Amino acid sequence: MRPELLQTFDELVACYPEGKEKSAILPILHLVQKENDGYLSVAVMDEVAAYLKIQPIEVYEVATFYTMFKLKPTGKYVLEVCQTGPCCLVGADGIIAHLQNTLGIGMNETSADGLFTLRGVECLAACGTAPVMQVGDYYCENLTPATTDALLTEMRDGTFFARMERENGD
Amino acid sequence: MGIKILLQDLDQDIFSIEGYRAKGGYESVRKAFSMPQDDIIEEVKKSGLRGRGGASFPTGLKWSFLDRKSGKPRYYVCNADESEPGTFKDRFLMEKIPHRLIEGMIVSSYALGAHKSYIYIRGELMWIANRLKRAIAEAYRDGFLGQNILGSGYDLDLYVHPGAGAYICGEETALLESLEGKRGNPRMKPPFSATVGLYGCPTVVNNVESIASIPWIVMNGGDAYAQIGIGKSTGTKLISACGHINNPGTYEIDLGMTVEEFIYSDAYCGGIKDGKELKAVIPGGSSVPILPKSLILKTAAGEPRLMTYESLMEGGFETGSMLGSGGFIVMDETTCIVRNTWNFARFYHHESCGQCSPCREGTGWIEKVLHRIEHGHGQSKDIDLIVDIARKMEGKTICSFGDAAGWPVASAVRHFRDEFEAHVNQKGCPFSC
Repeated sequence: MRPELLQTFDELVACYPEGKEKSAILPILHLVQKENDGYLSVAVMDEVAAYLKIQPIEVYEVATFYTMFKLKPTGKYVLEVCQTGPCCLVGADGIIAHLQNTLGIGMNETSADGLFTLRGVECLAACGTAPVMQVGDYYCENLTPATTDALLTEMRDGTFFARMERENGD
Repeated sequence: MGIKILLQDLDQDIFSIEGYRAKGGYESVRKAFSMPQDDIIEEVKKSGLRGRGGASFPTGLKWSFLDRKSGKPRYYVCNADESEPGTFKDRFLMEKIPHRLIEGMIVSSYALGAHKSYIYIRGELMWIANRLKRAIAEAYRDGFLGQNILGSGYDLDLYVHPGAGAYICGEETALLESLEGKRGNPRMKPPFSATVGLYGCPTVVNNVESIASIPWIVMNGGDAYAQIGIGKSTGTKLISACGHINNPGTYEIDLGMTVEEFIYSDAYCGGIKDGKELKAVIPGGSSVPILPKSLILKTAAGEPRLMTYESLMEGGFETGSMLGSGGFIVMDETTCIVRNTWNFARFYHHESCGQCSPCREGTGWIEKVLHRIEHGHGQSKDIDLIVDIARKMEGKTICSFGDAAGWPVASAVRHFRDEFEAHVNQKGCPFSC
């Protein structure tokens, strides 16, 4: 792990009482996943276990329980489209079909160029701005086939995250 | 239009702490410090505020259960793990007015004697978690957090803790397990969190909307809050409306408005989209019973149905539903109830933590059987089979997830049995889906 990353770990651990360092495991895994090309390998999970002074199994059991953690390499952009009831009432199925056709991939597959992975996820608390997909730390809402295409273009151009960060002040 | 407690001044710039304070923000912190802690708890009891996450347990009563004699540290935790399908009100509040929640966290933590408090926010809302962190930094800078707040001698540190994708972590004890760095498996109760909560210490967990209501109650008194609404449904409630309506969004209503006004008034849902007919509503998040048009607008006794805890429950599980989290899902005449129920069944199967067999196995079987009904492979005995499975999960699990997964199924069959039968008889979905 990079020294700067370990320093951030220390800051995260400091949010919890002494002796309760394990509480920082979710924030730490979020960070590590981002640093490790979007997924958690056994090697990095072992490093987290060593840092937190816990058994590796304690990290594995957490990493496998929460759906935001990926255990295999993914495309650069993971398109996580909400497929729960309210989104489906207003066209989520159509957006998923559109993405499958446009990218030529099925659910849980990655495009040949390594850019896109498509996943179905459960309710994202955006039912009033449905259909919605999550990409990295951000939501893309009120999706139509046309706006979805525009987003894919931004991703191919590499400008997507820069815009989202700017708009959200991150 | 009623009074705004949570979304007041939304049209002004109250996102920054300067704008928020210019509108009277954080005044309740000063006022709270001038009151004995017991008096604050008493005001919250008097307000009649009920937990806005969905369980609707009286907040003041929950506070009064906190073990304040154990000598252990006490913790105050905000449940911002909003994940109930149809519900997006807490997210809206945190996104637009983060300081309303932070002010509520400070006042509530003080009243309960907590010195470390956490906002557990679902991990998918990372950009909102970041907004909250920046707003918390502003509150530290202005002296509302940290050591000796406003010279009161009271210390409080407030942290944002992201989850990582698990509906079950909205269940209070699963949330605490998750906050301790474990899988989100709900705990056996008793002991309750008020005595054995976070790190084995006395803990209170409240929903975002409940906490954001506290500053107003402290400033205006519990009696003033209790004057809003009807009977035991006091105050205002955020309702997040979605589905086939003209104006999806988050609305703050006085509890007591008619369901009909909420659906058809332009100030709220604005009626059914594309001039279609209303078919059914799930009024309180996907876990509460679905009601057909005839029973959502009027009770079985013919009384207008109101947006209150009591009115929506009128008729029990036979002909009523629940206000729940306020996730109001509207379906028009083109909606296939079987497909919709199957979709939610898939959701519950996916989200079951797997700890209790009735829920782990039952949710899987319900999904499987509903899938075959929807896709034309069902038999007529399957319809009773899913109701039987739902009944066998109810009340037989550590947490209420088993009930929440079963109720939508049982109510869909109760009110729309003919649609299930049509799927079986026609060997396929009669709707164009």
